[in-house]
Amino acid sequence: MMTIIFTLIIASLIIAVIFFILFIKSVKSGQYDDLYTPSVRMLFDDELVKKKITDKNITN
Amino acid sequence: MEKEQFYYDNKIVKMFLIATALWGVVGMLVGLMVAFLFIFPNYMEGISWLSFGRLRPLHTNAVIFAFVGNSIFMGVYYSMQRLLKARMFSDVLSKIHFWGWQLIIVAAAITLPLGYTSSKEYAELEWPIDIAITVIWVIMGINMIGTILKRRQRHIYVAIWFYLATLVTVAILHIFNNLELPVSAFKSYSIYAGVQDALVQWWYGHNAVAFFLTTPILGLMYYFVPKVANRPVYSYRLSIIHFWSLIFIYIWAGPHHLLYTALPEWAQNLGTVFSVMLIFPSWGGMINGLLTLRGAWDKVREDPILKFFVVAITGYGMSTFEGPMLSFKNLNAIGHYTDWIIAHVHIGALAWNGFMAAGIIYWLAGKLWKTELYSKKLANIHFWIGTLGILFYALPLYVAGFMQASMWKQFNPDGTLLYGNFLETVTEIMPMYAMRAFGGTLYLTGFLLLAYNVYKTAKAGSVVEDELAEAVPLKKITSSRVQGEAVHSWLERRTVLFTVLVAVAVIIGGAVEIIPLLVVDSNIPKITSVKPYTPLELEGRDLYIREGCNNCHSQMIRPFRSEVERYGEYSKAGEFVYDHPFLWGSRRTGPDLHRIGGKYNDNWHFNHMLDPRLTSPGSIMPQYPWLLKDDLDISKTVDKINAMVLLGVPYSQFDLDKAVYLLKNQAAEIEKNLRQDPEYVKNYGSSNMENKEIIALIAYLQRLGTDIKAGQSAQN
Repeated sequence: MMTIIFTLIIASLIIAVIFFILFIKSVKSGQYDDLYTPSVRMLFDDELVKKKITDKNITN
Repeated sequence: MEKEQFYYDNKIVKMFLIATALWGVVGMLVGLMVAFLFIFPNYMEGISWLSFGRLRPLHTNAVIFAFVGNSIFMGVYYSMQRLLKARMFSDVLSKIHFWGWQLIIVAAAITLPLGYTSSKEYAELEWPIDIAITVIWVIMGINMIGTILKRRQRHIYVAIWFYLATLVTVAILHIFNNLELPVSAFKSYSIYAGVQDALVQWWYGHNAVAFFLTTPILGLMYYFVPKVANRPVYSYRLSIIHFWSLIFIYIWAGPHHLLYTALPEWAQNLGTVFSVMLIFPSWGGMINGLLTLRGAWDKVREDPILKFFVVAITGYGMSTFEGPMLSFKNLNAIGHYTDWIIAHVHIGALAWNGFMAAGIIYWLAGKLWKTELYSKKLANIHFWIGTLGILFYALPLYVAGFMQASMWKQFNPDGTLLYGNFLETVTEIMPMYAMRAFGGTLYLTGFLLLAYNVYKTAKAGSVVEDELAEAVPLKKITSSRVQGEAVHSWLERRTVLFTVLVAVAVIIGGAVEIIPLLVVDSNIPKITSVKPYTPLELEGRDLYIREGCNNCHSQMIRPFRSEVERYGEYSKAGEFVYDHPFLWGSRRTGPDLHRIGGKYNDNWHFNHMLDPRLTSPGSIMPQYPWLLKDDLDISKTVDKINAMVLLGVPYSQFDLDKAVYLLKNQAAEIEKNLRQDPEYVKNYGSSNMENKEIIALIAYLQRLGTDIKAGQSAQN
């Protein structure tokens, strides 16, 4: 019984450690330096065909 | 820097969208069939592959992995390309992922009704399919990481973090929980036994909810809700805190599925503590999602897509409130084993998963086919009957669960149970089962409207399979800067490679610790009178697994006065040491069976399997006529015992050599017992019943929970 609990705790810790390392790495790489721009940037589309849709909508 | 032009892969998104709609209909239809089996237990006419125990895993697997799974991939493939400003890493891998996943679903849809199951909830698929899932999952992972590597947007938006957490965690959970020893092409035994198997299963089971039904959908929420509302997420900072705290805490909450069982108490308490903490990140996410619509509520009035999102996120908030509450031991004592849990998961499935998927599908239909949605009105109708469907589904089951639990626990003044016959507590909630089926019908009808709406939209529009886009590439790091740098600083710039290497290092470290732990004998309090199953009982146990009896019957008596009075001595950890896999179950549609052995005679079980209503009028259990017709397959008996020996079950060489002889001997004895009933002799006296499957099942049922009694009588 105890063995499996330890196994699962270790497995859970591994996942936690992976995420912790990812967290530290992401903070250090400047991922969270700007907490505003990303939320707005994702709203802009960069598809080039967008214009065509509006044309089509108008003609409809 | 010059802008680069490139194409987004819309075709793969379209394929996943169609798959989502298709499997959604299939999964919900099977759910509805199952719901009607509660009201009309006979309507399948004793067709083996349409009986409840086989269809229920098909329903859960279809809605979780086929419907929600495809909806996740649909949203991930659409949003990931746009957030990273890059086409998916490899079209070939995308295609393998798509078709591989659909093949796995088809394999599940064939094997589960045929009774090929490992019995572990939401992990029922047998070992060859488990391996296929692992391979396809890894292919998806390579495709995702590859896309991140060639991105044109340095910053990685929070949604992608959620996708990555899903990728890593589901892989680990799936592999650990499906470690099994194959006996034949479609039969295997879990390498864990009893309490250990239960703990691993619910560590997996809970986190399947966490990392398959929650984290990827949250990622989708952080992309699609702002996109559709055209508002930035309420707080980006909160989304970051939400992400990291959620994934840290979720993984520990599994043991709350095993409160009051034979699991050691400290492990139960660990599960409770983390489950209660979970409400903070969960509600942080819910609040962040809903407040994204601040100042945009007028849009919610107009736009059916936002309506779907609002109900979905509210449903997420409700079920993540309920989860921590049900993890308190006193509330769990009431809710566990009842329909309360079924209501709870369907708030999550129908509202959170189903409505998020519906909203995203409606939005993507317009985007992919470059036209307006065929009918906004139809989408609105879908929203309203879907919402009503959720209410009609969940509310009656909350009542049913609470009512049944309290009936189980009521005593007469003289100390006997007020509802001593379990069946009384079932017939009492039949109206609620009917209402649930009505709610399910409404929900499915709404979803059919979605399928029709998407079909008409696709007809009206024209799909752009490769969509042109442009973005500035990431700035290269110049060669003068990297001159003479050490290997490690080179590695440090390659974040993903670095992360993968770190993960590998950590896993190696972990594995070195884990493997010895697995090999070393465990120390569950041994009960000397508990012995391995006889060959016939082992075959009977495999039939119990094949028919999915564990979907309606638990084998875990909790240490409550009401349960000990009803079923007998509460279950001890040491009684399950030879149970590969464990069969504790999670819902008591019928009574607990852990102490069923010796409670009724063999004839009772025989008649009960033939038609449960012969012995128990009003029962809603299916009939099992094929068990009386089909011969027991004993060609694998020796292999099965060999596998058990390999897993550490102490069979002797004599058991192995004489397995078939022992099996036939015991079968003949049971057949002789059955002959005490003249009715049996008249109808079945000359049909070689000793070779039939029913005998093995009776042998297993009569053995259940009796070893501990043998020990007691020996002591007395």
